[in-house]
Amino acid sequence: MTDIQFKVAKTVREAASLMAAAKGKGRILAGGTDLLVQMKAGMVTPGTIIDVKKIPEMVGITETKGSYRIGAATPAAVIGEHKKLRKAWPGVVEAINLIGSTQVQGRASAGGNLCNASPAADSVPALVAAGAIVTIQGPKTRRQVPVEKFNAGPGKTTLKAGEIVVSLTLPARPKTSGDAYLRLIPRTEMDIAVVGVGVSLTMKGDTCVSARVGLGAVAPTVLLVEAAAKALTGSKLDAKALDDAANACSAACRPIDDKRGTIRYRTKIAGVLLRLATAIAADRAKGISRPAHSQQGH
Amino acid sequence: MSKSQYKWIGTRPDRPDGADKVTGRARFAADFNLPGQLIGKVLRSPHAHARIKSIDTSKALALPGVKAVVTAKDFPEQADVIVPAGEMQVNLRDVTRNVMAREKVLYEGHAVAAVAATTDAIAKQALGLIKVEYQVLPHVIDVAEAMKPGAPLLHENLMTEGAKPAATKPSNIAKRIEFAKGDIDAGFAQAEVVIERDYTTQPVHQGYIEPHAALASASEDGQVQVWSTTQGHFQVRGFCARLLNIETSQIRVTPSEIGGGFGGKTVVYLEPLAIRLSQKAGKPVKMVMSREDVFRASGPAPGADLKVKIGAMKDGRIVAAECTIAMQAGAFPGSPVGPACMCSYACYDIDNIHVVGFDVVSNRPKVAAYRAPGAPISAFAVESTIDLLAQQLKMDPIELRLKNAATKGTKTHYGVTFGTIGMVETLNAAKNSPHYKTPVKPGFARGVAAGFWFNVGADSSAAAHVGEDGSVTVISGNPDIGGSRASLALMAAEELGIDYDKIRPVIADTASIGFNFVTGGSRVTFATGLAVVNSVRDLIRDLKGRAAKTWNVDPEGVIWENGMAKPAGSNVGTFEPLTIAQLAASAGRTGGPINGHAQLNVTGAGPGFGVHIVDLKVDADTGIVTVGRYTAAQDVGTAIHPSYVEGQLQGGAVQGIGWALNEEYIYNGQGKLANPGFLDYRIPVASDLPMIETVLVEVPNPTHPYGVRGVGEVPIVPPLAAVANAVARATNVRMYDLPISPPRLSAALDAAQPRMAAE
Repeated sequence: MTDIQFKVAKTVREAASLMAAAKGKGRILAGGTDLLVQMKAGMVTPGTIIDVKKIPEMVGITETKGSYRIGAATPAAVIGEHKKLRKAWPGVVEAINLIGSTQVQGRASAGGNLCNASPAADSVPALVAAGAIVTIQGPKTRRQVPVEKFNAGPGKTTLKAGEIVVSLTLPARPKTSGDAYLRLIPRTEMDIAVVGVGVSLTMKGDTCVSARVGLGAVAPTVLLVEAAAKALTGSKLDAKALDDAANACSAACRPIDDKRGTIRYRTKIAGVLLRLATAIAADRAKGISRPAHSQQGH
Repeated sequence: MSKSQYKWIGTRPDRPDGADKVTGRARFAADFNLPGQLIGKVLRSPHAHARIKSIDTSKALALPGVKAVVTAKDFPEQADVIVPAGEMQVNLRDVTRNVMAREKVLYEGHAVAAVAATTDAIAKQALGLIKVEYQVLPHVIDVAEAMKPGAPLLHENLMTEGAKPAATKPSNIAKRIEFAKGDIDAGFAQAEVVIERDYTTQPVHQGYIEPHAALASASEDGQVQVWSTTQGHFQVRGFCARLLNIETSQIRVTPSEIGGGFGGKTVVYLEPLAIRLSQKAGKPVKMVMSREDVFRASGPAPGADLKVKIGAMKDGRIVAAECTIAMQAGAFPGSPVGPACMCSYACYDIDNIHVVGFDVVSNRPKVAAYRAPGAPISAFAVESTIDLLAQQLKMDPIELRLKNAATKGTKTHYGVTFGTIGMVETLNAAKNSPHYKTPVKPGFARGVAAGFWFNVGADSSAAAHVGEDGSVTVISGNPDIGGSRASLALMAAEELGIDYDKIRPVIADTASIGFNFVTGGSRVTFATGLAVVNSVRDLIRDLKGRAAKTWNVDPEGVIWENGMAKPAGSNVGTFEPLTIAQLAASAGRTGGPINGHAQLNVTGAGPGFGVHIVDLKVDADTGIVTVGRYTAAQDVGTAIHPSYVEGQLQGGAVQGIGWALNEEYIYNGQGKLANPGFLDYRIPVASDLPMIETVLVEVPNPTHPYGVRGVGEVPIVPPLAAVANAVARATNVRMYDLPISPPRLSAALDAAQPRMAAE
């Protein structure tokens, strides 16, 4: 039988050192909502579990000149209760608040959702649309990478040996901006996205002056769909712009037929959700409050 | 019928098991432990179909901490004998092969060996050390494929029983059955409208929350004790006795509280393995299935391919009805195709009926009973076709059904002539329900469907014991899966004329009460209820005798009223009534303990009919169906405890809605199940559905003292078609294949668009 070491790190550097010392058998414990399930299912057998919840830098939300830094282990429920963040990035917050059930929200984190590297992770398309930057600590150095470049494939990140995710940073942006995240699940709860779309827009009057689109569950990693953003940017979000952007999303899909959906369905829904998410983001950019949409269709 | 004639029946007290369940005190199967117990685990087949060439367990046995290993060699061969398994039939020769594969593995997850070890981790490690050499064989998953000549054969000697002409070659078709009434050709010749359609349904799991689990302890002297989660501990005893060659009296089975069964816990999986491992290891052995094991290896309800042809006159009168059902049995023969055929047209009085069924094996887990086994499947096809008829004739779907409804005296196509039934009453109740009288909301559409189930009686035993203070223990032997303890106690209270709270209903183990058939067939409140009523009447007879002795009068001179013995009249004499407490206090002087008992084979189960109404909307972009309102109306005989009757209707409706919309088994090209968990096997979650409204129609069953009819199964029969009919009316696209999942419905809507534009 193999014993599992449990370590509580007090600093980011200590956590990174412990990860390096574990020689590939280390697993970070934030909320544990993926790790414990995987251990129970026999999918992973860690040599060392490193608890990072006691590291102040990794838990909490700070604002600097309109930019928000979210500690990687901050529970989703805490993020959902942060009024200013919710106002600034409603799409990001609603996406993070879709990870798991209410009970899971008390522990699950955006950093964990990212590191689990599921193409269907709910928070990631919204973070991609938001242009979030991931801060990564290695045993010696710290680096930053755009969120869309972080994952390598299903269950695979680009983290190197001994590296851990410290935080996610959302950039400052003009007040006339808005974002939204929509996913499709066959049920109303307790399900995994068949497709997820995050849209972030900055408007000037009726014109969209900049846009980013993140697309989840349709490829091995969450995609930044630049062609969709290009179709929206400079437009008045008219029918043609929306058609072009929806088609760009459908065209970007490289999905598989599986137990959660068909290629045909995912490709279609990517376009459907793009239109709906864009409309919500645009309203929010114009200061029209739109309630969080958990998913489409219901 | 007025309920005021009763004091207790029709009231809604808390269930006797409620407090334990909401506080976590109730013990489910995995909560049972014994000192020194070992952990048992099962090695399961990774292949859908393979010949077992050899099994080498030596390395596993050599692992420190491993105390026993069993394979098929540890179980005696069984004769070709059919025995009941809940409402279905199984062959013992197959049962022993299902609990432990013998010559071949027939589905992914089929048990091949089992180990008992001191820890979970060692048991897991030991499984990895068992070397099984397989010769992988071609497999077949679909019914239609399995029926084709040249399909891979699961059982090389399986000849179709009942084939016309007689089968000359083995196939995967185990059985052909046929039911006929009238002259089907003449019926169709007479018909002014004929509708014929093909349908498919997918297998679905019963979805009980509690996985199978068993703890077994075998002693050196041959005694065996088992604690397990089951709908029938007497059946666990019976199966284990047969499969292991142990006398039934040597096996004592105690049922745990049950975390759902729905028919799926009427067979054995772990119990025989746990007993054999315990016998070999000399220690208790505990086994608990994972959810994956439950999906891969325990019985789903079958899927089926169906063809329905209905002929009617323009006024809506159905004059001819045909149905062909090819049903998955799983790896061994024995699907519920029989009941599916019988239920198909049981709601209606039709002169000419012809129904044919095929029982087909394929490389899937052996099917098990699931609420009204088979009936929802044929009802989906029949009730969809009747809806097509209603649309074509521009008739209200309830009026069309009323025009054809079965009534007292209707002779069914399976031979039975109905007595007092409530199909017409139920249709009228649905028609007059608040739901049906409310116009459909914009954007929504309404679907209606009906359903039938026989309900069963069978063997039950019960006892009633009076305590020293006059409170009463009512003892029966059916695991309580739907509130039956409350219903039994209410009937006992009514009979005895004492308070419900003075009665404690318990479920005794196999050594502590006489034989009881499984909790299934919606039989417990009806049949075991009758046994309880009779045991209480036996008790009252004794109580009256004690009063007679006390007063020194003839027993005939004593009546029982409001929980007291009273003189039958002034001619008997003047005596103060004796309460049950007084009689209990003096029992030592009047003959000792006061107990009643009863055992009987109960016949005369009252059939049940249900009519469901659903309002739903379909999102054209995504194919997602949202149920806005749902009403289940049903003839429930007499609602002994209305809340638990309503709960049965609500639960059945929800399971049927899941069957209609999202539940399916997804197999990959290798015949392996891709979704063995609740994440991707999608049963409805609470937020998916509105509160299910119920309409209880009470047409008492004349064969039961309180008019009880079974209620647990009918409610899963109508929902599949009710949902499909509503979807058809919402979209003008009819879904002939279940489930109506978002990808499928979206594809069907898109495919219909150019066609509809052209029309």
